[in-house]
Amino acid sequence: MIINPCNVQLTADGRLKHFLTTEGLSKALLTEILDTADSFISTQEREIKKVPLLRGKTVVNLFFENSTRTRSTFELAAKRLSADILNLDIARSATSKGETLMDTLWNLEAMYSDVFVVRHADSGAAHFIAEQVTPNVAIINAGDGRHAHPTQAMLDMLTIRRHKGSIEGKVVAVVGDILHSRVARSQIHALNTLGAAEVRVIGPRTLLPRDIGGLGCKVFYKLEDGLKDCDVVIMLRLQKERMQDALLPSGSEFYKRYGLTVDKLKLAKPDAIVMHPGPINRGVEIESTVADGAQSVILNQVSYGIAVRMAVMAMAMSGQQQERNERAQAQGEL
Amino acid sequence: MRYLHIEQARLIDPSQNIDTVTDLYVAEGRIKAIGRKPESGVVEESIDGRGQWLIPGLIDLGGHLAEPGFAQKGAIASETYAACSSGFTHVCALPDTKPVVDNSAIVQQILEKAQQARFAHVLPLGALTPDLAGEQISSMAALQEAGCVALSNARRPFKNSYVLRRVLEYAATYDILVFLAPDDVSLSASGSMHEGPVATRMGIPGIPRTAETIALAQMLLLIEQTGVRAHISQISCARSLVMLRQAREAGMSITADTPLANLIYTDESVTGYNSLYKVFPPLRTEVDRQALLAAVNAGELAISSNHRPHDVAGKKTTFIDAEPGMSMFDGFLPLAMQLVDKGELTEEAFISAVSTVPAEVLGMGHGLKEGSLFNAALIDPAQERCFRRSHLLSQGRNSPVAGMTLKGAASAVFVDGRRVI
Amino acid sequence: MSLPNVEQVLNELAQNLNRYLQEQDIEQPLLIGIRTGGVWVAERLQQILKIEESGSLDISFYRDDFTRKGLHPQVQGSDLPDTVEDRHIVLVDDVIMSGRTIRAGMNELFDYGRPASITLVCLLDIGRRELPIQPDLCGAKLSLSEDELIKLSGPQPLTITLA
Repeated sequence: MIINPCNVQLTADGRLKHFLTTEGLSKALLTEILDTADSFISTQEREIKKVPLLRGKTVVNLFFENSTRTRSTFELAAKRLSADILNLDIARSATSKGETLMDTLWNLEAMYSDVFVVRHADSGAAHFIAEQVTPNVAIINAGDGRHAHPTQAMLDMLTIRRHKGSIEGKVVAVVGDILHSRVARSQIHALNTLGAAEVRVIGPRTLLPRDIGGLGCKVFYKLEDGLKDCDVVIMLRLQKERMQDALLPSGSEFYKRYGLTVDKLKLAKPDAIVMHPGPINRGVEIESTVADGAQSVILNQVSYGIAVRMAVMAMAMSGQQQERNERAQAQGEL
Repeated sequence: MRYLHIEQARLIDPSQNIDTVTDLYVAEGRIKAIGRKPESGVVEESIDGRGQWLIPGLIDLGGHLAEPGFAQKGAIASETYAACSSGFTHVCALPDTKPVVDNSAIVQQILEKAQQARFAHVLPLGALTPDLAGEQISSMAALQEAGCVALSNARRPFKNSYVLRRVLEYAATYDILVFLAPDDVSLSASGSMHEGPVATRMGIPGIPRTAETIALAQMLLLIEQTGVRAHISQISCARSLVMLRQAREAGMSITADTPLANLIYTDESVTGYNSLYKVFPPLRTEVDRQALLAAVNAGELAISSNHRPHDVAGKKTTFIDAEPGMSMFDGFLPLAMQLVDKGELTEEAFISAVSTVPAEVLGMGHGLKEGSLFNAALIDPAQERCFRRSHLLSQGRNSPVAGMTLKGAASAVFVDGRRVI
Repeated sequence: MSLPNVEQVLNELAQNLNRYLQEQDIEQPLLIGIRTGGVWVAERLQQILKIEESGSLDISFYRDDFTRKGLHPQVQGSDLPDTVEDRHIVLVDDVIMSGRTIRAGMNELFDYGRPASITLVCLLDIGRRELPIQPDLCGAKLSLSEDELIKLSGPQPLTITLA
């Protein structure tokens, strides 16, 4: 009786109703997300950036872990879809005061929300919430533990597609702290589904999870080896805590071995692009000259983030709507 | 004399190498005759045992009864009732209650509750260290006198090798049996499931096998040095079995058990973040499961329940936040019988691993012999039972069989000759 | 019922539009088709009349039936010139029925800026209006029976069929 975790997010006819992970979603569906996001980018270049699509709907930003940046892009995305938005910062301290996750959810359901954007420190939290809340509420995973950060991964896919034309046939390297990275896991699934020629992960063994190759990527321990012939280089953020966890000797040692410098970037294809989910630690993951250089597309990534989040909110709401209608119809027939 | 007559059941007792269809007569709590009718007296009640197994009552080497301290999760009465429904007549109760079983008053209280409940015998396991803190030596001799069959630190760590050494030395002084569950918390503490491809995919911090094997190595060496009588609880890894075998070859008489869940499920069961399958020791891979099954079949391992009831709140949260443990008693028998049905366990190995081997570990006389107390289960391998969620006997809401219909049920269970099921 | 010849209707519509624009003194109209059929019609009108600028409008984000039907799975997005501010716009659709599509299209246009004027041109009008919106120019009026709908296929050649 193993529940396929990927099916939780789809309607009976395979449309998106939650967005929890990129794993297990079809190429057609991921492409639909990118296409829809593309259309939203065009609305973001207008005088009036709002569209009336989710007018009257309520989006709740349910952040059990603080992240002003991610929360703001979701907030802006919701507003540009004309939804009402409620920001709830439920720091862990609040839930440990006896209020369980379920209590929080029951309270929120009473507010007739339509979309929950969930950020939580525990892997699987978004899945759990999707399984527990009443139907009709779309859950968007804004990052759960080390598991997934699918909207970030899709904005990275959009960035690659807009700069390289397509993901198909591309060699993509993800560099740094893969162990703790939910973004990396979501990227690996999305890249493979969208037809990347090769996905590589590069880092020291302490920052690479056991059996990571099983997710469909090639493992490199030396940056110089892994960068060879890459079309896209994605640098991950390195948290300072990693040094205290006995995972790394020091920031400078990491920079020496895994920092992306002008010289090392030359090993990749001449037209390779450099990405980073931000915020950047200059001189730890990446040399300033590279971060601000011609091959860097780091700033563009931010503007695509809003479009991708608009797209998945609209699509998931749409899937929920469809299910709601089907249920109403079934009840009518009874 | 008035007898209970069990008619034509298949009597299986691996401790005596018996497997035969026969009649059995019980009076005054004891087996009076096997095979032939006693010369005097009358048969008061007769049970038709045709097609059923009559086996020694099951002995659990480690279950959590949740009392005292966790009334919302379970009670001695409800949990021992559930245990009896799976054929258990004896249950070793782990000491991590609230308060911890580290003084004779608590032992007394547990024994009294068990007597009032009148289901399975509860065999308390006392704490090896006060409050299970792993820092000092508990009043071991007093605990033993109060009725503890053995002492254990549950899965709680010892502060360091020094403390473990002294604890074992002290226990050896009084020839106290110790139960040790190997777990190096510096390797396991941040994890929630087996470290492997499934954990990596799900982004769940893992528990490597070395958390068990490193602690086991430390324990085996100190057991050898101190000469304490020891049993290793809750083995989950194939590698641990190799280490146990080596220890035995070196002349140590060391026993061990594995939780039933680790014989049935693997880390794949956790896919989908199903918190029901969050257990410690964690469910490992198919390779480990096969090795554990082989060891049970070879008579090297006992099977324990590792029963741990939880209320809804304990499990209804994220996988990482959920409490570990599975409510095993209701489903123990049919789940094990499934393994027998599939040919993964032999009938004899299963019965031995839940009765003969545990009895040897505890140094108990336990078998279907004339003159013995009648602790036995009559099992109908073909009988189907529906485990409706609302009808489970354990208070735990975390049973893997809830909502399922399974084959293999105890049609009658006797504790000291008294029918409890 | 016999359906009109599309090419003939198109040509007549183009001539009428040309005359209309002259009457209104509109020199540089901006031709905007509503996806998908309206874009095909607009392209043909553009060819015939040699109008310089055109654009396309995808009204998926502006529909009033989102809560009933959800998002159209193939949103293509709008493609308009830099600004519609103070432009004379010719909004083109293939078939006008309820008027809801035009309502959504005009709402969207105003989010791009404030046009000087909007002229509505439709290839076919099949009645059944639900909103007070009427085309300024229309190629042909059809009266269909209740269960009939009309479908335009294209872009080359443009054909109409009953569905």
